[in-house]
This record gives sequence, structure tokens and C-alpha cells, in this order.
Amino acid sequence: MATSEIKTNDPGIDPATGEYRVIAPGQTFKSVTEKIARIVLTPTTPLGWFAIFGIGGAVATMLLVAVVWLFLTGVGIWAITQPVAWGFAIINFVWWIGIGHAGTLISAILLLFKQGWRNSINRFAEAMTIFAVVCAGMFPLIHVGRPWLGYWLLPYPNTMNVWPQFRSPLLWDVFAVSTYATISVVFWYIGMVPDFGTLRDRSESKLGQYVYGMLSMGWRGSVRHWMRYETASLLLAGLATPLVLSVHTVISFDFAVAVLPGWHTTIFPPYFVAGAIYSGFAMVLTLAIPLRKFYHLEGLVTERHIDNMGKVMLATGFIVAYGYGMEAFMAWYSASHWEAFMFWNRMFGPMGWSYWVLITCNLAIPLTTLWSRKLRTSISFMFFISIVVNTGMWFERFVIVVTSLYRDFLPSSWGTYRATKWDYMTYVGTLGLFTALFLLFVRFLPMIPMSEIRMMLPGAKIKAKTAAGAGD
Amino acid sequence: MPAREGTYGLLAEFDTPGDLIRAAQQARQDGWRRMDCYTPYPVEEAAEAIGFHRNKVPLVTLVGGLMGLAAMFSLETWISTLAYPLNIAGRPTYSWPAFIVPAYEWTILWAGLSAAFGMMALNGLPSLYHPLFNAPNFRDGATTDKFFLCLEALDPKFDAVETKAYLQAFQPQSVVEVEY
Repeated sequence: MATSEIKTNDPGIDPATGEYRVIAPGQTFKSVTEKIARIVLTPTTPLGWFAIFGIGGAVATMLLVAVVWLFLTGVGIWAITQPVAWGFAIINFVWWIGIGHAGTLISAILLLFKQGWRNSINRFAEAMTIFAVVCAGMFPLIHVGRPWLGYWLLPYPNTMNVWPQFRSPLLWDVFAVSTYATISVVFWYIGMVPDFGTLRDRSESKLGQYVYGMLSMGWRGSVRHWMRYETASLLLAGLATPLVLSVHTVISFDFAVAVLPGWHTTIFPPYFVAGAIYSGFAMVLTLAIPLRKFYHLEGLVTERHIDNMGKVMLATGFIVAYGYGMEAFMAWYSASHWEAFMFWNRMFGPMGWSYWVLITCNLAIPLTTLWSRKLRTSISFMFFISIVVNTGMWFERFVIVVTSLYRDFLPSSWGTYRATKWDYMTYVGTLGLFTALFLLFVRFLPMIPMSEIRMMLPGAKIKAKTAAGAGD
Repeated sequence: MPAREGTYGLLAEFDTPGDLIRAAQQARQDGWRRMDCYTPYPVEEAAEAIGFHRNKVPLVTLVGGLMGLAAMFSLETWISTLAYPLNIAGRPTYSWPAFIVPAYEWTILWAGLSAAFGMMALNGLPSLYHPLFNAPNFRDGATTDKFFLCLEALDPKFDAVETKAYLQAFQPQSVVEVEY
């Protein structure tokens, strides 16, 4: 894109490259530390925080009501029945897990690729991952009917002498998602340890010093510690990368291993992973844009970040488009009567509207507009696109689950799917839970990694030549 | 750690990483071994300067990962062939390709936990108390914007007066004595 599209006298633009700077100029170790630590350490909480937390908390309470009623009465309150035995629960599970994947992508894959710009956004993207996995993990657990027996999923010696079936993708899911949750939490916590040290040293309250001191585990910034820490971070990134790819692959196996038109396809693993990253980046934008505005972090989360995330969404969006195209192609090329009927019905059947919502939200709007740098660096437009893509990706899962199931092989077993109010309450409730958890994170934990931002400042450049013979 | 008394070492404070690295390199060349640098973000050159090149975190991670792999694969094999064999349409009980997925996940789980906890253990953390926290200027800067070199009293070359003068020659912001 031509540089002339944007204002060249903007201080946020590097004159050498014509690109937006990753970090706005004129910041020092002290100013960055001050800015990020103050958000957490200030004794006064902004009123806006309480307002949004109040709304999120109220919506999360609705989730509590829905789940309590579910436990009292059973999954019959949901719309799931034959032939659509998997409804909102699996749709929301896949959608939330997918959102989480962008956090891991930003924190792990972009670290391995040495993409320094990720440093500003990786912490809250990781937090987003964890809270998304919390919301996701809940759905299979409450869907099993008797969630208090959820531990039966695990292989443990029991008096019934029964063991799980290791050839089932549903059991693979248990291991994939539990590993993903554990490694994400560990990666997130380890990443925060040096920042907890900073908060401990800067906190003025006794309680703050005590709590952040415990959390920092006595971090003192020894370079020996730092080197082991850097190695461990790189290794965790190297492990999280194949992990994130495997998690959505295993989730796609839940569908692809079943012999059902619309599910039984080999394109599912890569197409699920790309879709996950697509929706995840959209969610990062949905969170980052209001946050940078509210906490005045425009100097740390710059137009460059928004622009780069737009590019990643464009690329993954096209992989997703390829997936849709390949599904349609295989429905025709396989010459399978059932595949062809399923696909025709998916597009033009009674639920056809959902397919076109998905095509509009995931392909038509974002993949035509994200090419323009002007639009990619327009904050309000990117916020709009992020909401559109999140909606589209939710409908993708809806289409995959519902339109593959509701027209069975035998017309006598055809049915339909109409979600009940409990379905909606549970789904919307998880959005509230996610918001509430995220706001607690923003208030009490450092949302931008201070130590990693320091590495990118001009002060971190080692100017003078070092003595000969060093480092041998 | 046994309770100690007296001096832990002398702590020199620098404003820039370059000054710290030059001082650390010179000290290492002059034969200092019991020393450490403290920085607000990872400074690889400072670790090189004090002669810290390798660490054992990768080894710990590898061992952890292999243990996870072995544990899950043998558990699956034992359950599926001996403890609870399921005959589903006459398919083999030892269907190892299906066992790869959980074994793969556990390789990553154990390797990741080993990397994180191994790193902490090798660093001797958690240790909520450390003599350096007694230095008046340490907590103000070490996690924010200052760079420290500490020459420790356990080094045979250490002498409270001479070492202080030696550190002053690097023109630090300050040199303070750290008590246990």
C-alpha cells in the first residue's frame, strides 16, 4: 500500500519505513513501568470499570441461574434432542476454544518468529485465552448430564473396574483441552513473575507488597535467572505452538471421525485451526481497542498492532474461505448423494439463512475490506470488523453442528433445531463471565508485560563497544 | 540456608546496560567469579560477561517430555490390552495409532511443566528473602530502570575497602554495602 495514504507528519509513523511505529517515541524504562504499574497499583478504581464489571457480573449471574436450573432439571431444558443432539453446548465450546487460540498464537508462535510487536499485546491475549478456555471447558462438563461425575472422564483406578476408551476423539479432547488449559496458565503465570517483582517493589500498600511479593516468588532480576527464564519461555513457546495446533485438530476430530455428511472430511483440522485463529484475532481486537482507549495506552498498543492483526486476519480468513470452498467442491466431486444433498440443504434449506450470515460475516465483509491499509488502521472500522468476524465464526460452528444433523439419512427422522431461552442464557452468560474475569485481570494484574516492553525501548540498545575477549 | 552475618557483597548501580556490561566484563577478566548482575529485563550480554553461557532448562524439559510420553503411552497400552480390553467389531486391542493423540498431549504437558518448574528450581525460587533486598537502592531500581553489579564477599578477592575502590573506578551511580 502506498505511504501517501496516511499522514506522514504523524509522530507515530517511522519516517524511515513509512510504517506505524510499534511503540510511540519518547518513552523510557521509567515512564513505561510507571504507566503500566499505575493501572494496577492505583488505589482508585475508575467508575467506568465498576459500570462494566457490574454489567458483566449481572450477565454472569444469569449464567449461574441457567446452570443451577440445568443441574436441578437436566439437559432437557436445552433444545437438544434427536436428530440435533449436539446444540449450543458444542457450538459455544468450539467457538470459545477457538477464540483462545489467538492468545497462544500471539504469545508463542509470534515469539518464535521474533515478532517484537507482539510484546505489547501478548499478556492480555494470554489472559483472553485462559478466560476463553474457562468458558469453553464449562460446556462439555455441563453437557454430560451429571457433571458431578465428570471425573469419570479420567483414567483412574476405581471399584467399578472400568477404564476409558482411548480410541474415542471425545477422550482425546479431555487430554487436549486439559493440557491446553494447564500449559496456558503456566505460560501466563511464568510470564508475569518478573512483572510481579516490579509491582512488589513499586507498591505502596503493605497488602500489595505482600501479595505481589508472594506471587513474584522473590524474583530479583539476576541475569543467571533471566537466562534460564528466557530459555524456559522459548521452550514453552515451542511446546505451546504444536499444542495449539493439536487442540483444534483434536476438536475437529470430534466431528471428522464421525461418519456423517458435513462432518466426515479431511479438510476439518487445518480449517478449524485457521478459523480459530481468525476468530481469536478478532476477539483480541474487540478487547484491545476499548482497553487502549480507556487506559490511554495508545503509545504502547499502536496502529501498527491493529494493522498487523488485520493482516493476520486477512490471511487466516482466506484459509477459512478455502475450507468453505473445498467443502462445497468435495460435496460435488465426491459424487456422494448424501454429501451433495447435505450441502444443498445447508445453503438453501430451511436453515440456509445461517449459512449466508456466515458467508457475509466471515468472507464478504472482512476479506474485501481488510486489503486497505487505511481501513486496517482505522480504529472504529477494525472494532466493527472484529465484531462481525466473531459473529461469523459463531455461525460457522452453528452451521457445522446444526445443518449437518437436522436432515438425517432417513426423511422420517428429520427434525429441526430451535434454541430455548436456557440455551441463550447460558451462552450470553459466558460472555458476561468472560467480561467479568477480564476486568478483574485488568484491575489486579499487569496487562502489558513491562519487562518485554523495556527490551524494545531505545535505552536497551547497547551502544559502546564491549571489551575484547568477553563472552568466550 | 544457614544464618549468616556480616557483608553479602558490594553493589554497584549503573544507569545503562552498556556500563554494566563493561564493568562486568572487566571484573570477570580481573579474576572475579562470585558475582552477579541484576537487570530489569533480560540482558544476554551481561550473562555472557560474567561467564554464564549454558543452562540445564532444556535438559530438564526433554526428560520431562519423554517421561510424559512414556507414562501416557504405557497407560493406554495397559488399559486397552490388559486392564479393560474392548472388543469392538473384532478390531485389535493394541491400536497404537489412536494412542498417539493423548501421548502427544502428555509429552507437551510434562515438558511444559518441567520447563516452568525446572526453571524455577534451578533459579532457587521461590525464595522470598534475599540479602540484596536489604540494599536501600536495589528494590527501587532493579525491577524498573537500573542495572546492578554485585561482587560477593564469598569471592577470595573480596576486601571491603579495596573492592569498593575497585567498583568506584567503573564510575557507577553508587556503591553500597549489602548486609545479610
